[in-house]
Amino acid sequence: MSARRIIWRRFRRNHLAVAGLAVILVLITAAILAPHIAPYSKTGIDVDHVLSPPSWQHPFGTDELGRDVLTRMLWGSRVSLSVGFIAMGIAVLIGILIGSVAGFYGGIVDSVLMRFVDMMLAFPTFILILAVIAIVPPGIVIIMVVIGVTGWMDVARLVRAEFLTLKQRDFVLASKSAGAGSLRLIFKEILPNALSPVFVTATLGVAGAILTESALSFLGLGVQPPNPSWGNILTSGKDNIETAWWLSLYPGLAILITVLSYNLVGEGLRDAIDPRLWETERYESGQTEE
Amino acid sequence: MFGYIGKRLLQMVPLLFGITIIIFAVIHLAPGSPVDVQMSLKTSAQAMQNLQKLYGLDKPLTVQYKDWLMRFVKLDFGKSFVDGRNVLEKIKERIPITLTINILSMILIFIIAVPVGVISATRQYSLFDKISTVLVFIGFSTPAFWLALLLMILFGVQLGILPISGIQSIDVSGLGALGRLGDWGRHLILPVFISAFGSIAGLSRYSRSSMLEVIRQDYIRTARAKGLREKDVIKKHALRNAMLPIVTIMGLSVPGLIGGSVIFESIFSIPGMGQLYYQSLMARDYPTIMAQLVIFAVLTLFGNLVADIAYGLVDPRIRISGR
Repeated sequence: MSARRIIWRRFRRNHLAVAGLAVILVLITAAILAPHIAPYSKTGIDVDHVLSPPSWQHPFGTDELGRDVLTRMLWGSRVSLSVGFIAMGIAVLIGILIGSVAGFYGGIVDSVLMRFVDMMLAFPTFILILAVIAIVPPGIVIIMVVIGVTGWMDVARLVRAEFLTLKQRDFVLASKSAGAGSLRLIFKEILPNALSPVFVTATLGVAGAILTESALSFLGLGVQPPNPSWGNILTSGKDNIETAWWLSLYPGLAILITVLSYNLVGEGLRDAIDPRLWETERYESGQTEE
Repeated sequence: MFGYIGKRLLQMVPLLFGITIIIFAVIHLAPGSPVDVQMSLKTSAQAMQNLQKLYGLDKPLTVQYKDWLMRFVKLDFGKSFVDGRNVLEKIKERIPITLTINILSMILIFIIAVPVGVISATRQYSLFDKISTVLVFIGFSTPAFWLALLLMILFGVQLGILPISGIQSIDVSGLGALGRLGDWGRHLILPVFISAFGSIAGLSRYSRSSMLEVIRQDYIRTARAKGLREKDVIKKHALRNAMLPIVTIMGLSVPGLIGGSVIFESIFSIPGMGQLYYQSLMARDYPTIMAQLVIFAVLTLFGNLVADIAYGLVDPRIRISGR
């Protein structure tokens, strides 16, 4: 049985992780279909229904300009999901590059790169992100890039550690003695085998990126109004805290559910991938060979 | 041990040097300058140049960096662009409140998270363990600023029993010393809880796994085998060994607490370092931003050092071989 099928079979047995995956799929669908399923216009001002509480017309109420909160949350889900994926994509690319170079070449290259990682880790990342975003003109692309550029260190460390052990394995040494060059060894032989723990970190990283973006938007440094994001709807929730609880409740609940789903899927993947757990399972079920 | 600490301290020097370069580069290579913010569109080019000269922004970047670094070594961070006050003075008056809140929340984190983690580990797969695991997951995924809003609505607006902004009521002059302390305490309840919240989830998870690892060790089995009561096994043998890695994690939680300060101080309007950082970012007050970035980085390095020393204390192998 192939490793991928074993992982899927083990993942499927984890009901919470499967539920998380289902929620993520629903959210992605909703984000893609937002323009078609949103009941109102995302910026349509309605002076007759300013700050109206949840009702049949407006299930999640309206904001201080009479805009439908559900509609704005649907559009906001596009921001959260795209920032989560793209920021993490950038982080994973940088992390793989730096981690594999450090782990493959070792020696002085490794020391210099790992000192650099230490330096980046010595920074309260959120503080650095704030500094960059406050100084550069705000925009969604900047947010993705900055979250990605400050979030690659875990991936780099993981990939490096995998490379350090994998490069001593027989199949790599065999390929090397058969005359394979460095590039081939890195990308064709070692990297594909070093990727599975990266998936776990990346899934958990998407959750982290979504949280960071919502905090930035909440502080007014992220997505700028009138464009909606979950974080900046919460800003108007804070401004109207005395009167409109619904502006604070629903967008935050959306963040919580989304982030929770990614965390559950990440943890589920971690358990499914971990070979140490495979061994015990085989032992318990009395199997000896896959 | 002292050799190990000394070596660790020496390793921090190049790290700190590198960090100052990153800070300087990030702040100065970004488009936009403090002069743009202060000047309106009508200001003449001449006035703009005068202002740039005043702040030394007309010099080459390397010269600016060298000047800044020389002054930084002497702890002279220059004057604020906003009000011309000494940056160090400005920061100093903000430190006590931020430090108080963070220390209180660290205590809160510790007294909630460690028992929860230990009980979960000693009763693995029990109902308590399952519930706390679920709560930890939810805690990880909850944006702290959202929880802050909900608690403000519940306790401040609906129930009206807790204040939702600042650190003291408008009229405290009529109160005695005790009354003032009580007033101050009431203002700190929500901020302290919010800043502790995220780390409670993290640390209880960590104590659980640290404890689980320890109670599988041979010496625990030995302690049980020689007939010790389970309570003594856990308290005297397991807990002590599980504690030090937990202290380590506290050291590593410094950056999270600093980042959190910016968020909760701006939500609760608390006049601390986090709020100052946010305000100086908005005003592009470069000297204040840079001074605070350096201070935050030093604090984080210090947290790492504490973590390393704790590791060294538990594990002699690390102490002797270095890294």
